[in-house]
Amino acid sequence: MLEQQLINALSLGSVYALFALGFTLIFGVLGVINLSHGAIFMLGSYAALLLVDKLALPLWLALLAAMLVAGVIGFVVDYLILKPLRARNAPHLIPMIATIGVAIMLTNLAQGLFGAENKRFPFGTIPEESFNVGHLHVTALQLGIIGISVVLMIVLLAVMRRTQLGRALRAIAESPKAAYLLGINVEGLFYLTSFAAAALGGAAGVLVGLSFNAISPFMGQPMLHKGIAVIILGGMGDIRGAMIGGLFLGFAEVLTVAYISSDFRDAVAFGLLFLILLIKPSGMFGKVLERKA
Amino acid sequence: MLEWWEGFWATYNAVIYGIGVNAMLALSIYVTLSCGLLSLANAAFMGIGAYTAAMISMQTALPFPLALAAGALLPALVALIIGIPTLRLSGVYLAMATLGFGEVVRVIVLNMEITGGPMGLNGIPLKTEFWHIALLLAATLYFLARVRRSKIGRAFEAIKADEVAARLMGVNVPAYKLLAFVIGAAIAGIAGGLNAHYTFTIGPNNYAFENAVEILTMAVFGGIGNLIGPSIGATILTLLPEVLRYFKEFRLAINGLILILVVLYLPNGIWDPRRIQAFRQRRQARKER
Repeated sequence: MLEQQLINALSLGSVYALFALGFTLIFGVLGVINLSHGAIFMLGSYAALLLVDKLALPLWLALLAAMLVAGVIGFVVDYLILKPLRARNAPHLIPMIATIGVAIMLTNLAQGLFGAENKRFPFGTIPEESFNVGHLHVTALQLGIIGISVVLMIVLLAVMRRTQLGRALRAIAESPKAAYLLGINVEGLFYLTSFAAAALGGAAGVLVGLSFNAISPFMGQPMLHKGIAVIILGGMGDIRGAMIGGLFLGFAEVLTVAYISSDFRDAVAFGLLFLILLIKPSGMFGKVLERKA
Repeated sequence: MLEWWEGFWATYNAVIYGIGVNAMLALSIYVTLSCGLLSLANAAFMGIGAYTAAMISMQTALPFPLALAAGALLPALVALIIGIPTLRLSGVYLAMATLGFGEVVRVIVLNMEITGGPMGLNGIPLKTEFWHIALLLAATLYFLARVRRSKIGRAFEAIKADEVAARLMGVNVPAYKLLAFVIGAAIAGIAGGLNAHYTFTIGPNNYAFENAVEILTMAVFGGIGNLIGPSIGATILTLLPEVLRYFKEFRLAINGLILILVVLYLPNGIWDPRRIQAFRQRRQARKER
């Protein structure tokens, strides 16, 4: 029974990790708590649904297109709202409040355009196959979710660690001013980060939409809460921390539901967050980016 | 005229009550912001106050003022207890920790029997009258204005400007931070108690993340440099949904848009004394010419 729970936890946790990656990337590079990340996640989910439903795109293509759509929204938000605030050197509270406005707006627009009720993918879109390994039951969907999340995480990690681009981003995370003096195109990389972070959020949205087969305008908010908990758990701005934190939260939630009570499922994330902040505010892995605090 | 007024009052008294309560909430977060603390626990403190006061009114025969006082006292006590460890954190970390605290409170209330669980409390006696809200809001404003001018207010200001410098000047930083946190919690608790006694019903989801964010929004929207800003911000943002009825299902989107525009174009909120003064001087100069 425990092994089965672990599989479920792995698939839930990898989605949390994927969502938190974009969230932590924006905090690390731009120094902004982007509270519209949940709304962008939700729009990614709707984008995939519409593409599959109206244009009959295959699922993998819809996933890529949804990432693109989410990425473009992220870029637009950055260009129209965060950029002028950066230019003004606004204190960190201000961009956060602006993104609250974005989240309210996008959620309400989605509600007006698509309706408030849960939407489902058309029958037959979601792969139904499943495998039995010993007494374990694994669905193709779970494997797909875990696989896609892991691939995206590895790509991001490789870019950050091994490429010139990643080095430039890490330089900006240390100090945008110094990075600028070194000849790095800081503004351009801010755009790129916003795009990439939103695309990751959109991908997480599609995967969550598939795994619960329920898409609603309000699915972003609870995910945002989890995202906040995960990046605190992993240390804010820490990419590796977000991955491990996401998996950890997935395991903690699934095990709580399995062995304690499903009532406390939502308390787990924030209980953990509260404890971590009291005991070790820099997150599980220590090092912290204190530049905006 | 009188008939018109009665009809108007019957339709809109909840909105007018809402303005008063929201103004108190915006002021409660103003207190912590004026000390440089970004705390998002005020919705939770409001909830603790609301539940305390409502449960006293429903289960005992104690008078309303006593219920309200308890509704202020318990959140203040909780703030005192959680403030000691939490207020060591700064900036975004404090915001996140207080947000976490708020969610923990919500889930606890959701799962407790005595608070009615997810159904919340129903049939709370309607005891709040207009003058209660007006009086308590005025008292809050007076109290905060006095604090602002006192040694405490100066200490808050010093901490907000530069914590290290304040400590070097001999300001007991942790104690003042805790004081701001506790005052904010008490004000939010009273607002919650007042609110519960005119809405008839309260539930755990009335005091969630969204509400914490809404309170913050009202304060920042109005401007946090003084006491007038949060009050005006609360008034406008409470009236806005009524005014935007015309947009029907898209009215929240307009709400969000207005928030973005204010943040972008009025960085110090709507009520910014310096901007108003500059505007006046410009007009004066034009007149003299």
